[in-house]
Amino acid sequence: MSQPLDKTTGPLEVRAPLTESDVRRLKAGDRVLISGVVYTARDAAHKRLVEALRAGERLPFELEGQIIYYVGPCPAKPGQALGSCGPTTSGRMDPYAPTLIAKGLRGMIGKGSRQPAVVEAMKKYGAVYFAAVGGAGALAAKTVKKAELVAYEDLGPEAVQRLEVVDFPAVVCVDAEGNDLYEIGKARYRAAAAAGAAG
Amino acid sequence: MRELDVSKVTEAVEELCITACYDLPPDVLQALEQAYRDEESEVGREIIGICLENAKMAAQERVPICQDTGVTIVFLELGQDLHLVGGDLNQAVAEGVRRGYTKGYLRKSVVTDPLFSRRNTGDNTPPIIYTDIVPGENLKVTVVPKGTGSENMSALKMLTPAAGPEGVRDFVVQTVDKAGSNPCPPVIVGVGVGGMMDRVALLAKKALLRPVGRPHPEPRVAELEREILEAVNRLGIGPQGLGGRITALAVHIETAPTHIGALPVAVNLQCHAARHAERVL
Repeated sequence: MSQPLDKTTGPLEVRAPLTESDVRRLKAGDRVLISGVVYTARDAAHKRLVEALRAGERLPFELEGQIIYYVGPCPAKPGQALGSCGPTTSGRMDPYAPTLIAKGLRGMIGKGSRQPAVVEAMKKYGAVYFAAVGGAGALAAKTVKKAELVAYEDLGPEAVQRLEVVDFPAVVCVDAEGNDLYEIGKARYRAAAAAGAAG
Repeated sequence: MRELDVSKVTEAVEELCITACYDLPPDVLQALEQAYRDEESEVGREIIGICLENAKMAAQERVPICQDTGVTIVFLELGQDLHLVGGDLNQAVAEGVRRGYTKGYLRKSVVTDPLFSRRNTGDNTPPIIYTDIVPGENLKVTVVPKGTGSENMSALKMLTPAAGPEGVRDFVVQTVDKAGSNPCPPVIVGVGVGGMMDRVALLAKKALLRPVGRPHPEPRVAELEREILEAVNRLGIGPQGLGGRITALAVHIETAPTHIGALPVAVNLQCHAARHAERVL
């Protein structure tokens, strides 16, 4: 569920499992602090998850209402739950995301724009895409309090891990209506620049 | 004629892998600080601020700046009067990578058999090693951990001579535009022009190693660098692609002689975590 804090004071709190109405309440541009459980998965894991679904096999974790974080972390140093863990480029998971969204995935954390097919699935089923700051891996690691291996250990850094995070900062990048913060931001500054160049 | 035991190379590579991943070079930090002052977008400034805070924390706490500690590219400038003893140079470099990526808690991101099994090699080897023979008795080692967020957005095109500098400019701007938010802007844009297909790509990568913002020594090339930087920064992509004035910190062009019928151009994008470390042995 997500609890809206006073919008004038700061970010919204987001916690999995998310319901459809939780997700539809979030708007592109909303700052959030994500706490609780997120599952890590990137290229190789997504391929296996989708193959498992197609084969009618059980997934290694319950997908309904969950948040997947597109990340391949560094190994933990002594004293850390997880090593540096900023987001990876979400677009590479686009071929797989609609299938997972149709099966109950409600949130994705990553960076970079998404293909129309993903946005359509988000609108249809009710899912939200959060962006975290790419390259801010050390800061992200600070929010991870626990990390445990869930599946695909042979994939090394691409294994699926269950993370417990506290106040992981992100922004709603594409909401369940399809509003895209990348498009909104770029349009504003591109238009301003074009006007400046012409004037 | 001087002798150097390759175990010294292993030691150096091990340390350089770690420092490259933990310590953002001072010129990159400076460029980011300038970008923070110049960026007009509030969100853009905030993001650059987070990148600076992250870099500071990584250096202080001795952890990787970014989780993508990349494929390890190693440039060796080997003095032709240096005699390497004690083993195979390439293996010594690989051993340095193996040790550095273990001791530094860096991510192992290299897979073998790219077409089929894509099995992780477990130790970030093999590195990609380029060796230039130069005058003298020294060995200069430059370690460049290169991540794939920016690398995947890079591109190469075989233009024809008629395309000229305008064609080069347009291709660079289109490449950055198409990349959008994916390469973690603000980026450094490495451009290679000339050579042949293989050489032009390497020129673009080497262009990334120049101190950020230092212009090309030839005035007309420097002018093209400025022109391209301005055009890129009119795209409005901004830090992390969320809109802003600073999409690129710098554009560096490296050129080489080429064929009478060719104008190869390569664009190698580098994210804001522009990591490299070097040592002379």
